[in-house]
Amino acid sequence: MRVTSHVLMTLGALIADLRAALGVEGVHADPFELKLYDRDASTMSGRCAAVCFPTSTSEVSAVLRTCRSHNWPFVARGSGTGLAGGAVPSGPKPPVVVATTRMNRVLEVDVENRFAWVEPGVINLDLSRAVAGHGLFFAPDPSSQQSCSVGGNVANNSGGPHCLLYGVTNAHIAALEVVLADGEVVRLGGLDPEPEGLDLRGCFVGSEGTMGIATRICVRLTEKPRSVSTLLADFTDMDSAARAVSAVIGAGIVPAALEMMDKTIVGVVEAYVHAGLPTDAEALLLVELDGLPGGVRVESAAVSAVLSSHGARTVRVAAGETERALWWKARKSAFGAVARIAPNYYLHDCVVPRSVLVDVLGEVNEIARATGLLVGNVFHAGDGNLHPLIVFDRREPGVEAKVHEAGQRIIEACVRAGGTLSGEHGIGLEKREAMGLVFTDADMAAQRCLRDAFDPEGRCNPDKVLPSGSAGCGELASLPPGAWI
Amino acid sequence: MTSPLEAFAEEVGGVDAGPVTCRGGGTQWHLGGVASPTARHVVAPSGVVEHQPEEMIVRVGAATTVAELQDCTLAKSQLVALEADRPEEATVGGVLACGRAGLRRLGRGPLRDCVLEVTAVTSTGRLVRSGAPLVKNVTGFDLCRLLVGSYGSLAFIAEVVLRCVPKPQTERWFCSQGADPFEVRSRLYKPLSVLWDGDRTWVGLAGYEVDVADQAAEVLAAFAEAPGPPPVPASGTGTRLSLPTGDLRKLLQAPPGPTLSGGGWLAEIGVGVLHCDPAASDALVEGGFLPALGASPPTAALGDLHRRVKENFDPSGRLNPSRSPLADHVTPKTTRPDLGGVQEPALRVAPAGPVKR
Repeated sequence: MRVTSHVLMTLGALIADLRAALGVEGVHADPFELKLYDRDASTMSGRCAAVCFPTSTSEVSAVLRTCRSHNWPFVARGSGTGLAGGAVPSGPKPPVVVATTRMNRVLEVDVENRFAWVEPGVINLDLSRAVAGHGLFFAPDPSSQQSCSVGGNVANNSGGPHCLLYGVTNAHIAALEVVLADGEVVRLGGLDPEPEGLDLRGCFVGSEGTMGIATRICVRLTEKPRSVSTLLADFTDMDSAARAVSAVIGAGIVPAALEMMDKTIVGVVEAYVHAGLPTDAEALLLVELDGLPGGVRVESAAVSAVLSSHGARTVRVAAGETERALWWKARKSAFGAVARIAPNYYLHDCVVPRSVLVDVLGEVNEIARATGLLVGNVFHAGDGNLHPLIVFDRREPGVEAKVHEAGQRIIEACVRAGGTLSGEHGIGLEKREAMGLVFTDADMAAQRCLRDAFDPEGRCNPDKVLPSGSAGCGELASLPPGAWI
Repeated sequence: MTSPLEAFAEEVGGVDAGPVTCRGGGTQWHLGGVASPTARHVVAPSGVVEHQPEEMIVRVGAATTVAELQDCTLAKSQLVALEADRPEEATVGGVLACGRAGLRRLGRGPLRDCVLEVTAVTSTGRLVRSGAPLVKNVTGFDLCRLLVGSYGSLAFIAEVVLRCVPKPQTERWFCSQGADPFEVRSRLYKPLSVLWDGDRTWVGLAGYEVDVADQAAEVLAAFAEAPGPPPVPASGTGTRLSLPTGDLRKLLQAPPGPTLSGGGWLAEIGVGVLHCDPAASDALVEGGFLPALGASPPTAALGDLHRRVKENFDPSGRLNPSRSPLADHVTPKTTRPDLGGVQEPALRVAPAGPVKR
């Protein structure tokens, strides 16, 4: 991005006004520090003008009003753990980053009615810990839950292993206080079951920061299950494991979680966690069943039988909470553990129908072979949510081009198989140009109508989700006729 | 050959085709404002397109009746969390457009969560799709949630893909006089439904037989088996309030006073919906809980946001003219303690029958 002298002058005025609103401490513009906010956990980076650290709704509103008066774009940022570039500052002008890290209070917990009001910077796992004493938890559990924020979960409509049964973030958000791009504050949704008006809460969740900044979030809390059974099955081939996944669902059982890890991943996590995983297996399935004790016993036995009849070499049941926690630590450490193989990874996130898991995993392996890259698989098999993990060393000449080529081919293979671009990481910058693989121009123009209603002037996280040059909302009427669906 | 979806889009037509209203089974036709008498009526495609039990999805035309949907999925031991009082008449699209869940919401979740993909016809007569026939998906902005409860004011739902869940091994209902429904609800794990009419408490439990029996023995010892949930008071002519669950308790218990002592109401404990017959609704007005029925806008900023959404999707206002998801709104007398955020009404009354003014 080129920054002209004119932009630099207006940038100085912008920062002065932001400091007038938040104080010097609340606005950072040191070039070295700004570099830290140029990226998220994806492989992409951008450039930002300043980083603001508001501590309240009114301060967020003041920042956005200032941006409005300067016609300057902004990007909300939680913990920066996003994998699709959603929090990467991008656009013709370097946006102002609005970091929610100082808005990290749990404001209210209503145990009887099972909700909590939290600020967006509260860490996902901290929230569950804060309410654990009441027998409650916040169900979305991304692998990054030790560091990702609830605000980021809202922006990405985050998932996690246990979303198979409990649903993704959208199902756990009752209400939101949102500062719109013009600085106005609205409350979307409500604590009542059928709030008046359109379900703008539902649209905002998963809007990847393009519709405003949530400053207070009312989450629904879930009662901890009365009983849990965790099974670990190992297979000598990947296809059998994939078929077993469909067979479990086909048996009329929806586990709380149904995860798969391939040999590559098992090897690195076992070396890191020492959970006693069988490193000679081609695939592992981690299955968790929860609920009331009787049903859990029935389902545990049924799942065990299904896994065995589909070729599981062994099926182990966690002996207690310690073993269960260890297995989950192994699962959730996978992305960090691959650093043992190479310093960089590119994690993909596609969804396919469960019935084609076998074929698509085969295609992913073929793409890995053809491009000469190492690809591991650790994913939410129960809902067909693939996470091919391409491991590489950025310093190797030409490797990044190969990584992106492989990634593109994986996306195309998933879409060909009836799948879609993202199950939980979002589109962000990463996949916006691939949106045309699954949506028509008319589909995207309708999405633009929604986005533009929230942010008519386009200052809110520019360049995200919808592809560059896609039809504007007003163009819905003038699109040429063609394949409509 | 023109597909049923394309034919529906053509029938809706573009801006030149004038005002148009989409009708399902008409079972909730009185909601969302008064229908325009002059708008042309259209009907969405009907019928189950496909049910894939192994993927836990079902694709249906919007005018498919709720009964046909449930018969189809139940044949493969699955169900969809979409209920209607008159399933033989109510259509899937109509239920979704009105956005109201049934009496099993506590266990099955809100209506909006069952929608995986929507194909809709826009005000320009185009078919647009949002979501995908997959149980997990965050690709693109979420028009599925937007259209549920939008009363056809933004686009007409033509076809949907819905999430199926395994049919529980058993569903049993229990009833008791004099039980504390709030205490019962807090002791049960994931009950299907807890209903209270001020005198009797009904509990629905669903799941494995062993679990249902265990929970019934542990918590519902004083309850008798019931054939099912009670009828909704004055279904079709009463009112339906949507309250935060905590406010519902306050309204019903502290102080109870004479306000609702006359009966004629049914509360969904743990959900917050209160069904009232006309007398109970009058009692709430007289008791000062509901100062007035009738449309009143939410905060200015939220009202502006609604207006922009409507204008962007339907600039000429031709889709379901005079319908609005804000039509059945009431300003309450009391709100829950404010958290320092935006003051907004905490109560909403939507008439199940004609609005009294």
